Amino acid sequence: MPTKLSARFGTFVLSLFLIAFALPAFAGPFEDAVAKFANDDYSDTEEAIGVVASSGNKLAFPIISALQDGRLMADPDSKKVYVTGTDGKSIDAATGEAVASVPDSASAVRLNNRLRRSVDAALGGLTLQSPDLATRLQAAQSVFKSHEETLLEPVESALAKESNKAVKTALGEARAAILLFKSDATEVQKLEAVATIKARGDQDALALLSDLGSDQPASVAKAATSAIGSIQGSLAIWSSVQNAWYGLSLGSVLLLAAIGLAITFGVMGVINMAHGEMVMIGAYTTFVVQEVIRTRYPALFEYSLLIAVPLAFLVAGGIGVLIERSIIRFLYGRPLETLLATWGLSLVLQQAVRTMFGPTNREVGNPSWMSGAFELGQITITYNRLWILVFTLAVFLILLAMLRYTALGLEMRAVTQNRRMAASMGIATSRVDALTFGLGSGIAGIAGVALSQIDNVSPNLGQSYIIDSFMVVVFGGVGNLWGTLVGAFTLGIANKFLEPVAGAVLGKIAILVLIILFIQKRPRGLFALKGRAVEA
Amino acid sequence: MTSHMLTRSLDRGAAMFLMVVAACGILIPLSNLLLPAGSVLQVPTYLVALWGKYVCYAILALSIDLIWGYCGILSLGHGAFFALGGYAMGMYLMRQIGTRGVYGNPILPDFMVFLNYSKLPWTWYGFDMFWFAALMVLLVPGLLAFCFGWLAFRSRVTGVYLSIITQAMTYALLLAFFRNDFGFGGNNGLTDFKDILGFNVQAEGTRAALFALSCLALIVAFLICRSVVSSKLGKVLIAIRDAESRSRFLGYRVESYKLFVFTLSACMAGVAGALYVPQVGIINPGEFAPGNSIEAVIWVAVGGRGTLVGAALGAIVVNYAKTFFTSGVLAPYWLFMLGALFILVTLLLPKGIVGAFNAWRESARERRPAAAAASAAAEDGITEPDMAEERS
Repeated sequence: MPTKLSARFGTFVLSLFLIAFALPAFAGPFEDAVAKFANDDYSDTEEAIGVVASSGNKLAFPIISALQDGRLMADPDSKKVYVTGTDGKSIDAATGEAVASVPDSASAVRLNNRLRRSVDAALGGLTLQSPDLATRLQAAQSVFKSHEETLLEPVESALAKESNKAVKTALGEARAAILLFKSDATEVQKLEAVATIKARGDQDALALLSDLGSDQPASVAKAATSAIGSIQGSLAIWSSVQNAWYGLSLGSVLLLAAIGLAITFGVMGVINMAHGEMVMIGAYTTFVVQEVIRTRYPALFEYSLLIAVPLAFLVAGGIGVLIERSIIRFLYGRPLETLLATWGLSLVLQQAVRTMFGPTNREVGNPSWMSGAFELGQITITYNRLWILVFTLAVFLILLAMLRYTALGLEMRAVTQNRRMAASMGIATSRVDALTFGLGSGIAGIAGVALSQIDNVSPNLGQSYIIDSFMVVVFGGVGNLWGTLVGAFTLGIANKFLEPVAGAVLGKIAILVLIILFIQKRPRGLFALKGRAVEA
Repeated sequence: MTSHMLTRSLDRGAAMFLMVVAACGILIPLSNLLLPAGSVLQVPTYLVALWGKYVCYAILALSIDLIWGYCGILSLGHGAFFALGGYAMGMYLMRQIGTRGVYGNPILPDFMVFLNYSKLPWTWYGFDMFWFAALMVLLVPGLLAFCFGWLAFRSRVTGVYLSIITQAMTYALLLAFFRNDFGFGGNNGLTDFKDILGFNVQAEGTRAALFALSCLALIVAFLICRSVVSSKLGKVLIAIRDAESRSRFLGYRVESYKLFVFTLSACMAGVAGALYVPQVGIINPGEFAPGNSIEAVIWVAVGGRGTLVGAALGAIVVNYAKTFFTSGVLAPYWLFMLGALFILVTLLLPKGIVGAFNAWRESARERRPAAAAASAAAEDGITEPDMAEERS
């Protein structure tokens, strides 16, 4: 936006200079048109806009842009029209000569919505050859939408001079749009235009083709109808792709929050209601890391998340081990009591964070590589969502490898499958329990670092994820990380596909109800552990 | 005949509890109404409403204890049944406002006029009649519990899985009731009540009567629970709690027993909610919050699960503590205390206050000579119900 404004202002100042040295113009169609602005009549104003915009006069741009901003003053008595500059100096619109002051009887030329569209279209034509790339592109787009016949010539001359590929495409599409609606264009031209617009294939193209009247040749109408069909088809596919992407993104967040829970639940059969608070602690660790970096080592800000990840793992994991040693180990074999005790713990942790950091949201910044977005076809992908997906999959794979190839992983799997047998084989089950709980909590802490980038960091952060995480674990099945992965992505994608149909809240309710029904069918989740270990 | 059976099965603790509740139910309203304001013995009206709230919570706690303490079903969504009962009563009270609302519409409650409803949604039909609302107070929670339990128990969803899906149920209802287009007042809920059965809800007399009614409901609920747990049915429930597979192999239809007691418990919770709403003056979706249901479970744990008296006592003690601590300088520390209560009770007092008291009595008796023990058995105080059954 600022570049566009400054470019426009630059053009404006430049034209003021040119005007100052221009020869006094003879009274002609341009001057007559300018005088019409003073008639205070909407149709006269519209006519004037058309003539002025297509006149090729250097004053055209300052006049039309002044009209848009309400700076075009007209004196109904003398029929004189003035352009008031943004710097307060005024010129005579017909001649371009500077005037000392605008008479008091002059008032701004009024616009209505229809006229505003004409003004936009006219400005689009006038800025088609602006030196600024973004301005040109925007101008071409606005011409495409307005498809004003008078702009055909400016568009074609701009097209001949244009060297940038993107702008050239946009100009070609703008030209096609104008030709399609031009009554005296040949059938061949129109068919070509339909093909060009079809290739564009977005919502605007669809809207343009749908606007096409019935007075077209049969072949053009037919081509347009089939183009509408194919654009609608491809748009539907793109919107599915978009939903799938949102679903993957939500799924990755769910997976990140649920992996730790799945581990502790799978190995120990313990429902940790304080799991969400571990996520919150991870997020607050990120906040503290960024605060320290901001005050002491501002240069490290880009790396703040990389520093926060291991720290969050250690802090949350340490607290996890502490909880296991001081509370949970006394409650083994009493899963319902564990549930209550960890709920109490979550209240204490929340209140502790509230006391230390205050009840309001704390700001966690995005490093530059986490912010921004890029376009892929018709969808927009934000970098933070993409990185979180990558990060989640990395965490998942590391965890999988850890369970598969390390001694602790082997012991954890053994305890999951048969605790008593594992103990008989010499595995120190209580040590495994403590480390498992620490690992699960540590991963929750890492999840907190990632979630701090897309959610508010407040003491209630964990609460909003805990029920969803449980649903993932219950849906996916216990004791199998792949179940958690499939569960998280299934729920994420199902949620995002239901949202446009049923709305966000109803979609979520539907998912909850579906899970409740699903549990009836498969009480142990999608990927249930087979064998005797399940029989509690 | 039935009453005779009931009284016979009552041990001294239960009888004492019933007498205290009955005495409160009679004396507190009388003192509030008859004694002059400012007198030392006069109970102020706000206290009557507050204690009325506690009594409703005690009924909710009883309903939770019935399924958790005696059948091992830990529901983390019982607040949903409580709230549904409350909403049924709230809808009746809304319809009673009539033309006295801000918009003066004789049929539509204010929030519907505000949201541009042209006619009453079908869900509100019949709620202008008290008998219909009273029926719904029982039917809606009961039906939901029946459907939910039928699905869950038949497929043998037990333990923490059941707890989690009950929590999901109340969470789903919370989200639904927060929506304006769901037709139950959105996040503002139902409030600004005027009359109940023609009496002004704000009036001292009505409040006193509601308090007495709540006490009566608590007594009735207690007697129902008592007769359930001390019957043969109750013994099967306890068997299911202690060894579900074994009970099934012995030939009992475990799911039918569970379904019966779960539905009964939901109806009781609904009644508690219905009595709660006119005394508190508002019902909103916040009552569905999963946290509320879990808090209700901790009342039972504090009082002593598997002891009906304990559940009711726990609800009153914890809520009194909550009122006491959240109204003073200690307010920021209340959540610390509540959290610590959860942890300490599960770690140190797994049987709750009443359970610990009984255990202390038992050990004290064992230390005495056998002869003294025999005489002590006769004057045993509050007893754990399953112990009492063994003796009877």
